[in-house]
Amino acid sequence: METMKVQDVTSNDLPWKIRYDAHRCTLCGSCVAACSFRAIEAKIEKRRLVFSESELPEPKARFSAVPVIRQVKSFKNYCRGCGICEKICPNDAIAPIRNPDSRHPIITRCLGGDSIKRGGRKNLESAVRTLDKLRVGRISQMTDPSLDAQRHTFDILAPFGRILPPQKLPMGIGPDGLLQTTGTTPPVNWIYPVIIGDMSIGALSWRMWEAVAMAVAYLNEECGLPVRMCSGEGGVPARLLKSRYLKYMILQIGSGHFGWNRIAKAMPHMIEDPAGILIKIGQGAKPGDGGLLMANKVAEHIQAIRGVPKTDLLSPPNHQGLYSIEESVQKMFLSFNAAFKFRVPVAIKVAASATSVSVYNNLVRDPYNIVGGLFLDGIDGGTGAAHEVSLDHTGHPIVSKLRDCYLAATAQGRQGQIPLWAAGGLGKTGDLAADAFKMICLGANGVFTGKLILQMAGCVGNDQGRCNACNTGLCPVGITTQESPLVKRLDPEKVAQNIVNYFLAMDTELKKLMAPIGNSSLPVGRADALVATDHAVADKLQIQYVC
Amino acid sequence: MCRIGAIKSLNYVHPSKALQLMQSQQKGHDNSGFAIVMHDLGGIFENYKHLPTLSMAATDEGVRLAEDILHQAGFQRVMQWVPETDDRPGLDINAMPNYVFETFDYPKAYRNAEQKVKEDLLLDMRLRLREALEPDEEGFAYSFWPDVVTLKEIGNPRDIGTYFRLWEPDTKLTAKVITTQCRQNTNYDIVRYAAHPFHLQGYTALANGENTFYLKNVEFQRKLHRGYIGFESDSQCFLYTLHYIHRELNWPLRYFKHVVTPLPFDDIERREDAQQLKAIRQSLGHLEINGPNTIIGVLPDNTLFTCCDAKKLRPIVIGRTDDTVVFSSEVCGINEILPDRDWATDIYPHEREIVTIDENLEVQRWKQ
Repeated sequence: METMKVQDVTSNDLPWKIRYDAHRCTLCGSCVAACSFRAIEAKIEKRRLVFSESELPEPKARFSAVPVIRQVKSFKNYCRGCGICEKICPNDAIAPIRNPDSRHPIITRCLGGDSIKRGGRKNLESAVRTLDKLRVGRISQMTDPSLDAQRHTFDILAPFGRILPPQKLPMGIGPDGLLQTTGTTPPVNWIYPVIIGDMSIGALSWRMWEAVAMAVAYLNEECGLPVRMCSGEGGVPARLLKSRYLKYMILQIGSGHFGWNRIAKAMPHMIEDPAGILIKIGQGAKPGDGGLLMANKVAEHIQAIRGVPKTDLLSPPNHQGLYSIEESVQKMFLSFNAAFKFRVPVAIKVAASATSVSVYNNLVRDPYNIVGGLFLDGIDGGTGAAHEVSLDHTGHPIVSKLRDCYLAATAQGRQGQIPLWAAGGLGKTGDLAADAFKMICLGANGVFTGKLILQMAGCVGNDQGRCNACNTGLCPVGITTQESPLVKRLDPEKVAQNIVNYFLAMDTELKKLMAPIGNSSLPVGRADALVATDHAVADKLQIQYVC
Repeated sequence: MCRIGAIKSLNYVHPSKALQLMQSQQKGHDNSGFAIVMHDLGGIFENYKHLPTLSMAATDEGVRLAEDILHQAGFQRVMQWVPETDDRPGLDINAMPNYVFETFDYPKAYRNAEQKVKEDLLLDMRLRLREALEPDEEGFAYSFWPDVVTLKEIGNPRDIGTYFRLWEPDTKLTAKVITTQCRQNTNYDIVRYAAHPFHLQGYTALANGENTFYLKNVEFQRKLHRGYIGFESDSQCFLYTLHYIHRELNWPLRYFKHVVTPLPFDDIERREDAQQLKAIRQSLGHLEINGPNTIIGVLPDNTLFTCCDAKKLRPIVIGRTDDTVVFSSEVCGINEILPDRDWATDIYPHEREIVTIDENLEVQRWKQ
């Protein structure tokens, strides 16, 4: 018998256990081949059969060696519960089962001596979300009729860019008695109020990133929805930079400046301006922490786009050389505005924080009128890779913070001048239209979403700890990996189709929410359209409490 | 639901016409109040067109308070008209003890001041009066402006007319422009201020309908101008936007329409003035209105106009003769006071136009 020590890792220490039924298994090997984590393996088990051939018990024993599928008992190659084995098994012989007695958070730290890293979203909170305590409760009826979502026209667009207060518009009366423009105004693009937000071409597989780009092009050119996609910090393929589809892309610069060498070099060859520039300061899922792309995801094409060797790519938590908001406005905003000759709006993305209102106030008082938007990212946002302690314990919910910023603008009569875009767990229940609409009523001009896009593509991860292995580069469905065999599991055209269909459905649903409150353009800041079933939420958001 | 109406004439018109205009539409409103704002005054006010008239309803204490404030500021009363009331029992009216229409001369220091300085002074005085009278509801200062008189009361319009003897035409109280409405605010508490028409610095507005962007409008307007206060009714937002666009920004009236019901982005892109319209839509997005409504407005030069929401969910009709133009929610009101007009020339404005009536009663239909 093998010696067993109590400290040895066994399957009951791990977050998932494999349920395996040897009687149903045909030993086809599909599950082992499909498991990207190498969490199951084919093994031989010794079996002993005791039987008696006479009328009275005369026990005999027969030994045999039986091939079986077994769970790997390792804190490295452990089962993530992705369920690919179950999906592929023709006989329903194998499946992962959640282990409520898992000792994984302890043994991983004890044996690894390093922090735990993973992808996905924050998994701790299980209470009802704030947005689910809100309802669209102000219904137009009687003297103020509802609109007809099918027959009326709706203007579902949001601004990206700095908007001047009316008294500062450079306009005067011309000789014909009409308004004439007498100066320049900052660039503003009116786009769909849901931006596909910022997942880099290193975090995503090339097929996934391409699928999103294809979906965005299709939504614009065939469906008439001006949806924009943010590149994430990691550059853009040169072919896309030089194509006319660049106009649908918002280029992101993070603290690592990855990919910008190529972007700068491509600028003389660009035939279209990008839709915008997004300066990423922070991210809601791991606020105060920089980007993290593990070496095993830095494939050859990623090295080329980013101009880096194969190594862990860690973006610093800060933009080096920026010591204050004033400086950030002057240096980064001015240089990016100037780079595109003040034709492209430049916005900033920060993690929601207890200090967000101060940041917003500073930006809104920017004397140069060059801050084209504040993107606020809340705690429930997803990430490709982060330290679990950051994911689970740092961050700020988005709903009240967005509202705080809007009310701060309102108190100064500056609402709308710097558009507010919000994210962080929106669409978590699968219903992005409702979440987006409620955020807009609370003061957002629009929202951005990343994790939900992955789920449209087939991501099997969830907020109860299933999969969440984006950091490993072993994504079982080919979304967040650069391993060729895994990437090829993803059909980019099918992904693009799913995204397009989801947006079309969401567009209908947004109209179904605007019509009952009688609005044909987005009800930005119309908090009177909302009611809350929770007193504390109602108080905090300054909306009506109902029960 | 509201019913609104307006009369503009080459001759001076008595408010009894306004009562007749609204009386035939009484099934459409709820007979809960009566309010009129008159511009371009005749009768006893005709010789005082350049001097401000205070229109106020108040208690004795309120009148004293208001007069003290005005005298302290250097205003000197040059004329006063107190309507003779018919206080017979059984009238449905919630009357204040005093109705004051007093015309004042400017303080000496201001007599040669620029027009704008005078206008700001008048606004500040009205705001001071309102602030002083408001705490104990000692009175309601509706307007303090040259050549403008306002009357608002709670009750049945027919009885209010009887109380103020407005059914009996005379030559004392007349005007060339009268705007009127017969309903107290029903969305919120009954407050005398809440009945439209509303007046601010020569601008008058009233509306039939609802403004579902009320909160957006209010939150934005509060920070735009010291005169934008009250907000007892969502229709005040229309007045403040009109005042802001036409007076503060000094833009032509057509841009009021572009602000309150902007064209869809697709339409804007196809226009020559796309750059201006886009800038307006961006910077004044919080003054957009949604919901069903028809607005009637008066400008300081006494131009009368009307426009509707972008889906035309509320009616308005314009009837005219050689010397009179009448706006009314329902055509029956016009039939009542202009029975002999050629009804074939009636105008039913559409959702993308402003119809203006100038000093010579010339009708202009401007298409957005």
